[in-house]
Amino acid sequence: MADPTRLRAHEMAALLRSGEISSRALTEAHLSAAERQNHALNAWLVIYRENALAQADAADKRIAEARRAGTAALNALHPLCGIPIALKDLVSVKGGQATAGSKILKGYIAPFDSTVAARLKDAGAVILGKTNMDEFAMGSSTEHSAYGPTANPWDLTRVPGGSSGGSAAAVASFHTPLAIGTDTGGSIRQPASMCGVVGIKPTYGRVSRYGIVAFASSLDQIGPFARDARDAATLLHAVAGRDDRDATSAPEPVPTELLGLATSDDEAAAYLKGKRIALPKEYFVEGMEPGVAARIREAVGAMEQAGARVEEVSLPHTDYGLATYYIIAPAEASSNLARFDGVRYGYNDRSSGEFIADYIKTRGAGFGPEVKRRIMLGTYALSAGYYDAYYLKAQKVRTLIKADFDAVWAAGFDAICAPTSPTVAFSLGARTEDPVAMYLSDACTLPINMAGLPGMSIPAGLSDGLPVGLQIIGAPWSELSMLRLARAYEGITARAPWRDLEPAELQLTDDPTTPSPIERKERQKSGASAPGAGGHS
Amino acid sequence: MTSAPAAAGTGALARYEAVIGIEIHCQLKTASKMFCACDTQIEGAEPNSHCCPVCLGLPGTLPTINKSAVEWVIATGFAIDGEVATTTRWDRKNYFYPDIPKGYQISQYQLPLVANGKLTFDTSEGPFTVRVRRAHLEEDTGRLIHEDRDGRRVSLARRSLIDFDRSGMPLMEIVTEPDIRTAEQARRYAEELRLLMRTIGASDAEMENGQMRVEANVSIRPIGREAFGTRVEVKNMNSMRAVERAIAFEIERQAELIDGGGAVHMETRGWDDPSQSTYHMRPKEEENDYRYFPEPDLPPLTTTPEWLAAIKARLPELPAVRRTRYQTEFGLSGYDASVLVNDLASTALFEGALAAGEGVPAKLLANWVTGEYMRLVKGEESGGSADPVQLAALVKLVADGAISGTNAKEVFAEHFATGRVVAAIVEARGFRQISDAGALGTAVDEVLAANPAAVADYRAGKGAAVGFLVGQVMKATRGQANAAMVQTALRERLAKTE
Ligand SMILES: [Zn+2]
Repeated sequence: MADPTRLRAHEMAALLRSGEISSRALTEAHLSAAERQNHALNAWLVIYRENALAQADAADKRIAEARRAGTAALNALHPLCGIPIALKDLVSVKGGQATAGSKILKGYIAPFDSTVAARLKDAGAVILGKTNMDEFAMGSSTEHSAYGPTANPWDLTRVPGGSSGGSAAAVASFHTPLAIGTDTGGSIRQPASMCGVVGIKPTYGRVSRYGIVAFASSLDQIGPFARDARDAATLLHAVAGRDDRDATSAPEPVPTELLGLATSDDEAAAYLKGKRIALPKEYFVEGMEPGVAARIREAVGAMEQAGARVEEVSLPHTDYGLATYYIIAPAEASSNLARFDGVRYGYNDRSSGEFIADYIKTRGAGFGPEVKRRIMLGTYALSAGYYDAYYLKAQKVRTLIKADFDAVWAAGFDAICAPTSPTVAFSLGARTEDPVAMYLSDACTLPINMAGLPGMSIPAGLSDGLPVGLQIIGAPWSELSMLRLARAYEGITARAPWRDLEPAELQLTDDPTTPSPIERKERQKSGASAPGAGGHS
Repeated sequence: MTSAPAAAGTGALARYEAVIGIEIHCQLKTASKMFCACDTQIEGAEPNSHCCPVCLGLPGTLPTINKSAVEWVIATGFAIDGEVATTTRWDRKNYFYPDIPKGYQISQYQLPLVANGKLTFDTSEGPFTVRVRRAHLEEDTGRLIHEDRDGRRVSLARRSLIDFDRSGMPLMEIVTEPDIRTAEQARRYAEELRLLMRTIGASDAEMENGQMRVEANVSIRPIGREAFGTRVEVKNMNSMRAVERAIAFEIERQAELIDGGGAVHMETRGWDDPSQSTYHMRPKEEENDYRYFPEPDLPPLTTTPEWLAAIKARLPELPAVRRTRYQTEFGLSGYDASVLVNDLASTALFEGALAAGEGVPAKLLANWVTGEYMRLVKGEESGGSADPVQLAALVKLVADGAISGTNAKEVFAEHFATGRVVAAIVEARGFRQISDAGALGTAVDEVLAANPAAVADYRAGKGAAVGFLVGQVMKATRGQANAAMVQTALRERLAKTE
């Protein structure tokens, strides 16, 4: 058999059921790829070889029992049974680490399963390990991880996007067919775009946040990474749905049709006929790379050719998205991160013998600069005398941003299409010294979090040899139609020349002499140009 | 430190008016904690035996609302005639302290569940009403235990231990307007609120184990001045007596300070029971900035009219209503009604005995509860109990003249101590009174025949001789004769033979 890591999850599931492959073999193939190549990528913070193989064996047992019981039992098996998956390192799994990319959570072992992890375990999925991320999901490049940056397999000198960069890079590198990420302002969609994979941020309340280390509670959502729409839909279905442990999770039913997206490309493409797609003019922002704009217009043009009606619309409050996001998200974060005081778990410095002084030392050394910046921003925004001018006002503007989208749905549009990121993956270090430039990476994604809408990024070709993501945005709870549209787009571009390209520099990661992203960063700091593995277009 | 004032609120209140506001925290009586499923039975438990990832504030955990805690606050709202919010929400109160595991406390800031209530109660100067500004729901903190190097618990700690069992316990905070003027009113307010909590079942409100915590904001101003003085917060009052004494002390302390040309400083002071005085705990130069903002992990809560109506319908008879009813329905004095109602066990005994025995005279029963029962409960032999059915039976015997008052008290004392049924005690002790006219007549005739001298005295106009003859009959019947009937029978016979 060809390399099983190149399969989609639904193809793996079929082979598992037919007995052509075991979950153990599948898991072993992914583990060894991850172990071999992580040096050059730093996508994984921890790989659970033994646990993963044990879970794979358990899945093989379930599959074997089902096979003995007959077709009905085999069909009743969860589609993720025996399928490898990666979790962003802020998803709590009982007995495992959850660093959230921070030094302050070093050594913390979660004593409970997050709802997402529990549902994946119940499904029989095989958890391979935990992936790298910007500290507390604050960042757009995965460079703000306390455990070093992650490299983009398309160009090892570039970032994978962030904050779920490790998950995106692991899926793009065939270390796993599926991964879980979180998206507060674009942290799933933007790295999916930059790594050339599919990533979904569901409607706020669709997936339980219980057990996911919080960044900004009113914006955080958990979602899937995959290499196609069908796999992403299957993973979304597995983790979505009301959870009594998260009061903000919605009782909205999860459509089972998510498991039945069209298998044939033509059938999928037919969905586009008569669909009304809105193209918001404000999302073709200044500073957008022409190559990105071109790919998006081509993608939308292809949909139009397939029968969709595309119209330009205006989302007039888009400009305020960034400013209000950087009030609300840091405000909530400043409070959410107050619990990291070194008293009960994680990193601590108790050298001063006085608790306030210990707090200052612990938090001073435990948090990285970007996290501190946001805690200060948020603390300021919530301070007496500033609350009304900042936090309260930002919440009002948030309502206006939401109203912009409501008007689009009221006008009868089925979806909004836009670029996911104004640029392709940028170079490591290019934006770390300029927070505002980094924040602008999320200009096209964060309004969707502000409005609580579902959004996704799907590969739409390359610009200068690097992936461009098409963002599809839907009305609340419209994940199914959003995914049908994404699947339709896959259908009409199935034969595009860029479709089955592998990340250009993935092969370099097999070479143990290829520098790690941490080495690159250090060399960059010392002024030397990074040798080897450089030759991107 | 100033010396303890001689008598509560005598000196200072001649020149100054005290302005007092009270904040009371009550631990609500729920099976599980405010935001998690942990059991609330933490009394006497090992430290940190009643906590979970949620109440320990572990990363990724989220709160879920305990509906019954919300219902207790709403019930309290109805009981104090307050306005219950149609929409309420939770806010985060942000501050750093090792006993709050999340770095914030989930509380209610802008939209409390209850606003604008009031509570009326009796004082030595007559009825008094305090306006309640708000009542809201919040979670309790953990508890810090300070140890020295030998592991002894001290206030100046070598190291501090944290017990998170109390973390996340449901608390209701009830805040008054600054309506209170005397230490007695403060105490009576707290007592009435405690009674209300116990009556509706919202809280056991035991001050000794922290289920009810009273804090007072005390300031004074020269009589006639409108502007408030500088207020001092008084804490650590762990009994009702302490509430009254601490506030009285604080009023005197502030008056002495001002009289001596000094100034009152904004501070938090603690009550020290052994020295009967308050001491400086910490300055309160400015309000902490708690950076309140709406709790994003909990959606706002809408209270539907149906839900509110159901909570209201479950409320029992409230103390104030009950006091009035006892006066109008049973003819009890205001004082007796209050004594009965202010003690929940007495109320239950009274109501139970009334329900148990048909024809038990309520007023006599009330006397027994407020008299003998409460005497025994407070006495050294407390630990006993009275069964309402047995008390009803006993009071009925007394009312029917079937047992003497003195004997009845003995019977009740034995029942209280041993739980034996009244009929058995009366029987064993031979206390059943002879009220049978025939049997009594025989005894009287025998005494008259045996004491001709006394009979002659009586006839000679010495009325006191009747007393001697009654005594002889009682002696002959070993005290079981109905004394009133004996006297009547004697007089009848003496008059006849005249
Ligand atoms: Zn708990």
